[in-house]
Amino acid sequence: MRLGGKSSGSALSDAFTQCINCKKTLFKRELEANLLVCPHCSHHHRLTARQRITWTFDPDSFEERDQELQSLDTLSFPEYGDKLGSAIQKNGRNDGILSGFAALDGRKVSIAVADFSFMGGSMGSVAGEKVTRTLERGCESRVPAIVFCASGGARMQEGLLSLMQMAKTNAALTRLAKKGLPYISVLTDPTMGGVSAGFAFVGDVVIAEPKALIGFAGARVSKQAQVVKAPDDFQTAEYHLKHGMIDRIVPRRDLRDALIALTSTLGGQLESA
Amino acid sequence: MSLPKSWKEWERPLLDLDDGLAKLAKLAENSTGEERSKLDARIREFEKRRDRYIEQKYQNLSPWEKVLVARAEPRPYTLDYIGELMTDFTELQGDRRFGTDNAIIGGPAKFRGQPVMVVGHQKGRTIPERNLRNFAMSKPEGYRKAVRLFEMADRFRLPVVTFIDTPAADPGPESESRGISEAIAAGMLAMFGVRTPIVSVVIGEGGSGGAIGIGVANRVLMLEHSVYSVIPPEGCAAILWRAPERGPEASQALRLTADYALELGLIDEIVPEPFGGAHRNAAEAARLVGSAIQMALEELLPLGPEAVKKHRYEKFRAMGRFGVAEPVAK
Repeated sequence: MRLGGKSSGSALSDAFTQCINCKKTLFKRELEANLLVCPHCSHHHRLTARQRITWTFDPDSFEERDQELQSLDTLSFPEYGDKLGSAIQKNGRNDGILSGFAALDGRKVSIAVADFSFMGGSMGSVAGEKVTRTLERGCESRVPAIVFCASGGARMQEGLLSLMQMAKTNAALTRLAKKGLPYISVLTDPTMGGVSAGFAFVGDVVIAEPKALIGFAGARVSKQAQVVKAPDDFQTAEYHLKHGMIDRIVPRRDLRDALIALTSTLGGQLESA
Repeated sequence: MSLPKSWKEWERPLLDLDDGLAKLAKLAENSTGEERSKLDARIREFEKRRDRYIEQKYQNLSPWEKVLVARAEPRPYTLDYIGELMTDFTELQGDRRFGTDNAIIGGPAKFRGQPVMVVGHQKGRTIPERNLRNFAMSKPEGYRKAVRLFEMADRFRLPVVTFIDTPAADPGPESESRGISEAIAAGMLAMFGVRTPIVSVVIGEGGSGGAIGIGVANRVLMLEHSVYSVIPPEGCAAILWRAPERGPEASQALRLTADYALELGLIDEIVPEPFGGAHRNAAEAARLVGSAIQMALEELLPLGPEAVKKHRYEKFRAMGRFGVAEPVAK
């Protein structure tokens, strides 16, 4: 098992791993039982989309959709084909995002869950299409939509096509809102760039995981623009909460309950309608 | 070969020719008789050389050269187009939340007699102007003002014209703290709600989120030498290769030119530029842009309020290229 970010490179035995934040040695099993939250420093390690679904939604409730969608190297962008091929191989899936239906305490929801380990969770045509369809399925089935963001931003290798996914997903959001269906956006580490400025911040409710990196311009891009020095907590979940840009920071172990509370209240009138 | 970093550097030979021509013209003005006709002949010869030079150079601009031209300081900006094409423009300011923003401007105006709402990024040419305009990098207030104007356009049934010309939205901490991401998304959401036609024209730099925040239009036009990109080429090079100086290479890979955007169906029309680029004849550039806007509005105005909104929705809904594969077996 690899934790998010760079691998430590140390030769730990299969039973152990290391917290990428406090560097303490951890029992893998213990860490997994704790949803990959470090028992010492509470660092929330990145999850795969599968782990996220397993640990958030009702057991075996996930019905995957759109798994046939696959990215194309439309621009013949240098090295994109290779990168894509190895991401598909490594993850055993056509794309990072998992989308479909799931249940929260028996209540059906339409979900899309991003996966940073698939090309940095970057949003190209497929990610945009999956999120759009997730919102559309919410409309058709009259159920709330929940999107878990985890992305370095738009997928540069698909050029302007990627930028337009921001507009496409927002188009679908207008229809969901018009039908009176809640959209809950969960920002996980990291949520940046085109995803941040796309569908991340415009949920009826926006939740973030503790310490998640969330922001518009990544460090390497803003360095380019020579911006003034940023505060220490710049682009963290805590920073956005302080500035009124998100509703809540919810620790991972409480996330399922928080989503149940929200979908059963905001979406509570749906069945009777 | 090292590629030029700025438009001025790249255009130097032409600027020198222009300079020489201006000097000759002045000389000719102050001379008479044979001297005068000699000078006139030299001017004609210089002009021919200049035209040949422009023809060759502008015939087949590389993506990076288009980036340079799109960023050229003398290129007409939003207010230049408004000045040429609109009357009764009243600039409206403020987002009614936090402040005003000078990188995005807007307000009601008349375009060839038709009341419209116009919104656009505004660049500056002099240093104080650039600082005032924040290099056309809008802060959240700019997008929130735009939202206000889009909603007003919907209320008063005014078609909307937006001019896109920004390197990017403002990436600084100030903008982040006030929710630049949310502001851009709000711009898009507001545009999807407008029940009148929206026409957007990329007149220079279509810089990623900063551009699409006011770019959700029924018809998107791009000037011939403008660029539209998911990320500034230097930013792309910084991320991919940790080498911002490889911007020229990234601009090639990103395929940020108008012809490619048209080929992918992401824009609707390319507006030709005057000989040697919009900056060599701003009035003519405005005339060409004006005709394209008018044609677009003539096509869109007959659509009803719901139809025009639906048209916009369907247009963006269809964007994307992907394949259908078997689920991966593992």
